[in-house]
Amino acid sequence: MAVNTPAIETYLVNTPVREKPFPFAKLALITVAMLFMALFLLLPLIVVFSEALSAGLGEYLSALADPGVLSAIWMTVAIAAVAVPANVLFGIIASWCIARFKFTGREFLITLIDLPFSISPVVAGLLQVLLFGTTGLFGPWLSDHNIQIIFALPGMILATTFVTFPFVARELIPLAQEQGNDEEEAAVTLGASGLQIFWRVSLPKLRWGLLYGVLLCNARAMGEFGAVSVVSGKVFGYTDTLSLAVESLYDSYEIQAAFATASLLAMLALVTLVLKAALEWAHRDELHALKRKKAAT
Amino acid sequence: MRNAFTLSRRRALTLAAGAAPLAAFGGLAGLGGIAAQAADAPTLLNVSYDPTAALYAAYDKLFADYWTKKTGVTPVLHYSHGGSGAQARAVIEGLQADVVTLALSYDIDAIAKTGLIAKNWQSRLPLNSTPYTSTIVFLVRAGNPKGIKDWDDLVKPGVQVITPNPKTSGGARWNVLAAWAYALKLNNGNVDGAKTFLKAFFANVPVLDAGAHGSTLTFTQRGIGDVLVGWENDAHLSIKEAGPGKFEIVAPSLSILAEPPVSIVDKNVAKHGTTEIATEYLKYLYSPEAQDVIGANFYRPRNKAAAAKYASQFPNIELVTVEKNFGGWSKAQPEFFGDGGIFDQVYSKGT
Repeated sequence: MAVNTPAIETYLVNTPVREKPFPFAKLALITVAMLFMALFLLLPLIVVFSEALSAGLGEYLSALADPGVLSAIWMTVAIAAVAVPANVLFGIIASWCIARFKFTGREFLITLIDLPFSISPVVAGLLQVLLFGTTGLFGPWLSDHNIQIIFALPGMILATTFVTFPFVARELIPLAQEQGNDEEEAAVTLGASGLQIFWRVSLPKLRWGLLYGVLLCNARAMGEFGAVSVVSGKVFGYTDTLSLAVESLYDSYEIQAAFATASLLAMLALVTLVLKAALEWAHRDELHALKRKKAAT
Repeated sequence: MRNAFTLSRRRALTLAAGAAPLAAFGGLAGLGGIAAQAADAPTLLNVSYDPTAALYAAYDKLFADYWTKKTGVTPVLHYSHGGSGAQARAVIEGLQADVVTLALSYDIDAIAKTGLIAKNWQSRLPLNSTPYTSTIVFLVRAGNPKGIKDWDDLVKPGVQVITPNPKTSGGARWNVLAAWAYALKLNNGNVDGAKTFLKAFFANVPVLDAGAHGSTLTFTQRGIGDVLVGWENDAHLSIKEAGPGKFEIVAPSLSILAEPPVSIVDKNVAKHGTTEIATEYLKYLYSPEAQDVIGANFYRPRNKAAAAKYASQFPNIELVTVEKNFGGWSKAQPEFFGDGGIFDQVYSKGT
């Protein structure tokens, strides 16, 4: 790649002709794109923060210190703390299986992993109700044994895990396939055990893709609304997550508190964005390879 | 610069290994926290319908004080709100409600059908288990620019009416029945004439929200529509929230007496051991103090003194009732809102 770059640059420097005939079109397109971005991405963000701070910083902080909001923060963190590691574990296992072995049903497994992307989150929530609701498949058994799945933390974790299922696996599978088995084979010839190969060769090779996947998975887990709203029962201060608390507060005419809570989610999004950009910048080579592979499939 | 982002292999592994137990601990602590809370004090979950949030926020404070004085233990009162039908559905599917305070008895009947609530629930508390009533009024923009005075102004061309979807919203069903009662009176009891009226009514509705509160927000926050048909208490609340000079309430000549009933969920309170506090929670709604809170939150109190105190905010409207004029909800529900019912006949997407 480094060899090709000067040639391309020389070409570009020597052929500036194409730029000239359409300076207006270029300018117009850039303006439209910028305006669109400002209108649809930047403006809502500004509105969230300005509404949140509309009554001053003191009110903003006291809105966030409300026990209901604190409980929502806690629920959100608790759900992500279980859903993300579960999906990391599954993602690593799935990528390992799919990249290293050929087996029947391999293609099917890849398709299946994508399923949560194509199902509406609300349907994902309703699936939980159909399975674990009192009139659902396992409902009678669960209520006989006094186990509460939906309208409680376990159901919300299950729903979130389902919705965020593909994020880690989808990052790792193409990366693992791209990287191939050469290092692992070398490790085998040097007498490494299976576990040693996994911990010392395979996992470190995947770490950037893994971090990237965890980041996206976590952002989605914490921001999830549809699936969780179906199975939470929406008890403010008890089973409301941050995104549900925003709705609850807004519905109770606590507009400023709703936006203050929404600003937390907006900040989460911004932090995710910055981390994502940093990761992408630091590991552009690996990620480019990943994206090429993705585009090809 | 690349080095700045590169973790050493050992640290990456430690990180990964450390994250898993930490997360598991977090999850367990979360569950433990909720369980510990439940063990210390009696916990009560009130599953309610859309516009009651302010009322129960105030009432929960009152009741918590009352219960603390009486027993020395401060109860933990939880509250959930949503569309009345959806909330009833959630209770049926296992939402652990101790008490339900819904928009209409039909929704509580639906829960009672599954055996979670005793069949005779409505006769267990005074006044058909309805500690407060409300009615359906109009909310218009300041100065009433479209000159809306009564139901027949809502079917005029060029008037945008905001009302929620009666398939999902309890409040919307009251709206439809109130409009129907007026239409029948206007047409001297002619059903076809009333249907034409209702058809013209829904032709003026640009958007059907899923819940009554969604409609209120559509009208007040998003600025859509000329008139909102909705709960009297929600109309008052909107005016209070928006400040003076933005909206006005218009009382129609005829409306409906809305009776949002309450009940304990027998099976759930037996399981939670909360029968006593749940029963008291509902009984206390009838006390003079609670009736005052009810009036202050724009519901019509049943208590004479409280009703007199807040009389100025509740105009005298001729009110029909579901029992007398519609033969009760068990008859009105399928007739108006069942598949192929009157609502389906007058509301078609083509019009």
